[in-house]
Amino acid sequence: MGMTMTQKILAAHAGLESVVAGQLIEADLDLVLGNDITSPVAIHEMDKMKVDGVFNKDKIALVPDHFVPNKDIKSAEHCKCVREFALKNNITNYFEVGQMGIEHALLPEKGLTVAGDVIIGADSHTCTYGAVGAFSTGVGSTDMAAGMATGKAWFKVPSAIKFVLKNKPAKWVSGKDIILHIIGMIGVDGALYKSMEFTGDGIAYLSMDDRFTIANMAIEAGGKNGIFPVDELCLKYISEHSDRKPVVYEADPDAEYDEVIEIDLSSLEPTVAFPHLPENTRTISDIKEEIKIDQVVIGSCTNGRMDDLRTAAALLKGRHVAKGMRLIVIPGTQKIYLDAIEEGLVRTFIEAGGIVSTPTCGPCLGGYMGVLAENERCVSTTNRNFIGRMGHITSEIYLASPAVAAASAIKGYIAGPDSIE
Amino acid sequence: MKEAHGTVIKYGDNVDTDVIIPARYLNSSDPAELATHCMEDLDKDFLKRMKPGDIMVATKNFGCGSSREHAPIAIKACGISCVIAETFARIFYRNAINIGLPIIECPEAAAGIDDGDEVSVDFDSGIITNVTKNVTYKGQPFPKFMQKIIDSEGLVNYINNK
Repeated sequence: MGMTMTQKILAAHAGLESVVAGQLIEADLDLVLGNDITSPVAIHEMDKMKVDGVFNKDKIALVPDHFVPNKDIKSAEHCKCVREFALKNNITNYFEVGQMGIEHALLPEKGLTVAGDVIIGADSHTCTYGAVGAFSTGVGSTDMAAGMATGKAWFKVPSAIKFVLKNKPAKWVSGKDIILHIIGMIGVDGALYKSMEFTGDGIAYLSMDDRFTIANMAIEAGGKNGIFPVDELCLKYISEHSDRKPVVYEADPDAEYDEVIEIDLSSLEPTVAFPHLPENTRTISDIKEEIKIDQVVIGSCTNGRMDDLRTAAALLKGRHVAKGMRLIVIPGTQKIYLDAIEEGLVRTFIEAGGIVSTPTCGPCLGGYMGVLAENERCVSTTNRNFIGRMGHITSEIYLASPAVAAASAIKGYIAGPDSIE
Repeated sequence: MKEAHGTVIKYGDNVDTDVIIPARYLNSSDPAELATHCMEDLDKDFLKRMKPGDIMVATKNFGCGSSREHAPIAIKACGISCVIAETFARIFYRNAINIGLPIIECPEAAAGIDDGDEVSVDFDSGIITNVTKNVTYKGQPFPKFMQKIIDSEGLVNYINNK
């Protein structure tokens, strides 16, 4: 029986000829990731293990990004714990304020994630690296500790859903709209325990940033990982960012899938997920009522990349946000921040009445830099709109693309980019 | 292995890790401190009405969202003895096993058990007994590999004993 792309990567890392869905395996890890929230717990667990340090100082990435720059004393203590661990273990890829970025924007940019890798990260959005043809999945802190100590992790080999993306998406339809459409269709547990394997001629129309966004939100459908085939564009991206050699795996023609879902990208519209689940999606043309917004956030590991900032800036250029609107723009990495300054995007955001922050996860999880008050509403390019996620439990988050977010900031209510003349 | 026996606190679908332990408290990783905020954004009376040993029951996709291990840590630290659900989100499932919080997937039990029922769970057999309703259910048994981790009371001991 044939294997899916994910299964082939896992088999190779477990030293097996082949694997089948449901099989328990132990796989070698190419990278183990943690942030300032999850690493301190992992470091504490690792202290209890009878091991001498980490398995490989070059294959661990520590990225304080959630409450960084330190938002309070307790957060500062967490960061200090991670910093001291990195120093003690001589961790190559520790990223201090000034070099850091939001982990899932940063690691591909630094060339640490390439096709064929097996990557675990103590952050649920670790699935992002499926965009470069890697198997990558989120785990908890104890798994991270075991990964740092042994260089291995156990996995149950997942079955898969194949998504065949067809045709060219319309002008304002981005990776975010595609993944929100998919989550709306299959639900927040529609891919529970499974791989989401994306294929089809429509992928050729998706930029790497679009693909990162789509793979990033596989977890919001319950998926174990989301993964894209490695095409020319992907190989070009990897060669521009990494010295490591990618290993390209393709699904067997007779690979078994639990389900095959075809999606005509040309039929999609800008899509918004209403509170309080990412599956509560509506297309922009279905939103007839005027939903007033207090804040717009453009950023995060989902949509804080260059494409996202360019799209938002194109709409905001020469315009101003609505009266009373708080627009918060957060570039994903220091490099993106600098590129955005050099391209004039930061000027555009500031002249439009927005603020531009240093890279941080901050508002996405209600940490800081844009926490919502009672009954406030936010259109956000982030990934979750759970109760209380961005602040008060009565506040509301509407998940959308950078284009919809920018248009909504200008209008003051949820609006599509076509409404901006 | 041990048995759980307690009163049920029941929730619905898609209980996410942001409501189990809101991110505003993640500047701490102390289990006792995390426990004082467990479930507060979903059920502000949870800590008032729960007793150590109580059993949490929910329907589908329990623990979805963030990978924060602080979520099962908070549930365990406030004294919940077992979580039964129709399905668990996969990261939560791993995390619970890795930290030694007993969890069982059982759609029939998740549907049949109501808030306030008295329930006991035998972890060896996976048998769930609803004492109040006098009904038993068979939970999903763990694969041997995971059973070893659970028997070691978590992944750290499992690795140390290997």
